[in-house]
Amino acid sequence: MNRQILLTSLLLLTLFGGLGLVLPEWVIFLMALALAKGLVVLSVVLLMRAGLVSFGQGLFYAAAAYAVGFAINRWGIGEATVLLAIGVMASIALAALIGVVIARYREIFFGMLSLAFSMAFYGVLVKAYDVTGGSDGMGIAPPTIFGLVIPPERLRLTVYYLVLICVAIMLYLIYRYIQSPLGTLIRAIRDNEVRVAYLGGSVHRAIYLTYVLAAGLGGLGGVLVAINVGHVDPELAYWTTSGEFVFVALLGGTGSVFAPLVGAIAYELVKSYAFKFSPYTWQMTLGILMLGIIFLLPGGLWSLGQRLRRRQV
Amino acid sequence: MTAVLQVENLTMHFGMITAAEGENVVVNRGEFVGIVGPNGAGKTTFLNLVTGYLKPEAGRIRFMGQDIVGLHPNQVTALGVGRSFQIPQLFTSLTVLENVLIARSTATGSSGDFWHALRQNSRIEEARALLAQFGLEAQADRPASELPEGGRKLLDIALAFALKPKLLLMDEPTSGVSVEDKFEVMDRLVKVLEESQVTAMFVEHDMEVVRRYAKRVLVINGGRIIADGQPEAILSNPEIRRAVAGWG
Repeated sequence: MNRQILLTSLLLLTLFGGLGLVLPEWVIFLMALALAKGLVVLSVVLLMRAGLVSFGQGLFYAAAAYAVGFAINRWGIGEATVLLAIGVMASIALAALIGVVIARYREIFFGMLSLAFSMAFYGVLVKAYDVTGGSDGMGIAPPTIFGLVIPPERLRLTVYYLVLICVAIMLYLIYRYIQSPLGTLIRAIRDNEVRVAYLGGSVHRAIYLTYVLAAGLGGLGGVLVAINVGHVDPELAYWTTSGEFVFVALLGGTGSVFAPLVGAIAYELVKSYAFKFSPYTWQMTLGILMLGIIFLLPGGLWSLGQRLRRRQV
Repeated sequence: MTAVLQVENLTMHFGMITAAEGENVVVNRGEFVGIVGPNGAGKTTFLNLVTGYLKPEAGRIRFMGQDIVGLHPNQVTALGVGRSFQIPQLFTSLTVLENVLIARSTATGSSGDFWHALRQNSRIEEARALLAQFGLEAQADRPASELPEGGRKLLDIALAFALKPKLLLMDEPTSGVSVEDKFEVMDRLVKVLEESQVTAMFVEHDMEVVRRYAKRVLVINGGRIIADGQPEAILSNPEIRRAVAGWG
């Protein structure tokens, strides 16, 4: 089991690394965007394992992206690795505060509270024009990566590889988390909270830790998107952005750590082509896709592979 | 003898209903106590009060000499009180083995660990040995939701037992188990408990089960403990039989 996963991971890493050398630049940009957003989707999936649906993961996504914006524009920090640390720490610090309150809530109350916090943050981003640039947001200058100044013609590819490295590390961390006592306890909590308490487990602590972890992951996605796009705006915290993450989580499925990434890539590709071929009805195309998934593949795109494999056996 | 549980003047009402009224009990180490009483007498309330699920209006509860009133169930459990349920409370999307692994990880304080694997050989062996004691080893890798009712009941108790509690409270260990299987379940249970010498209390409807297995019996009616002593003497008292079963 372990060796199989290791081999799959190495194969995927080689495949995605190789793709970077052959794909056109606009696809590279799209892939980097999809993979970075896939990390945020993965963070939504982590919460779903506890039975919690966050309609406000955009909060941490945006908070980290804006932290990067401030770090570059105000403090003159121009190194990507430092920016990653700043963004992730900003989202973790925010989650450590909000988590104290939100970890007490479940179901629709959790969902609505997460939405409320993210929309409050959106409001601040739009209104505090002097600090945040209002609805225009701010531009982000290309950072150095591992201390190297990247020439513009190679920036896309370098950022893509930076994203790939981050994704690989995060998938490993999350894989460990899922196998760990805490990661399993979260599933137990979704099944039966009362029993967890009667086994001496702290439900509140488990949910709090997972919430903070998910925020850090969502923040990392936000930093990578900010660097990739070169711009941040309040839309990152808007509820449709958070809704998109939930959408992609259902699209990809929750059966594996890879599923959110598969979902994110499929989503970006479908969105791009839908926009190209029917610019006025692309949202309808996505809606029909979602209906198809819910009716035909309730386990998400990831379950398609599992189904095919089962048929072969 | 060391007192494991000391309950003094325990009182609780739900609106007009008296669930506990001045209950006094001392349970000593190694005792095996059956609690009987008619429906609504306050048997489950007694367990809910002792484990911190409900907070009493008045009275004291000491566990190993420590006042535990006001503690939450997870804190009471951490002190060494295990509890099983009338309706099995399992993690139905996990396997039988994983249920036990979770119980052991919370008991050993490793449930906050997000780095090391839960499934480690030493832990799995320990969990399988525990399942074997309860006759569930063949079901270890099945989802808990697929167990038959008797198995669900035993797993529910096994989870409480996996905590290695100093006091084990069981709410109707044989309810939902067919009449033919009742004694088999109890035989297995009593054997495990005797081997571990754990102090235990169990709520039971069936007076025959209590008579056969309990060393001491408490009779609760209307939130009051109306009798406390040897099962044989108490359960042959016609007045008590009438109070508990409504006939006899």
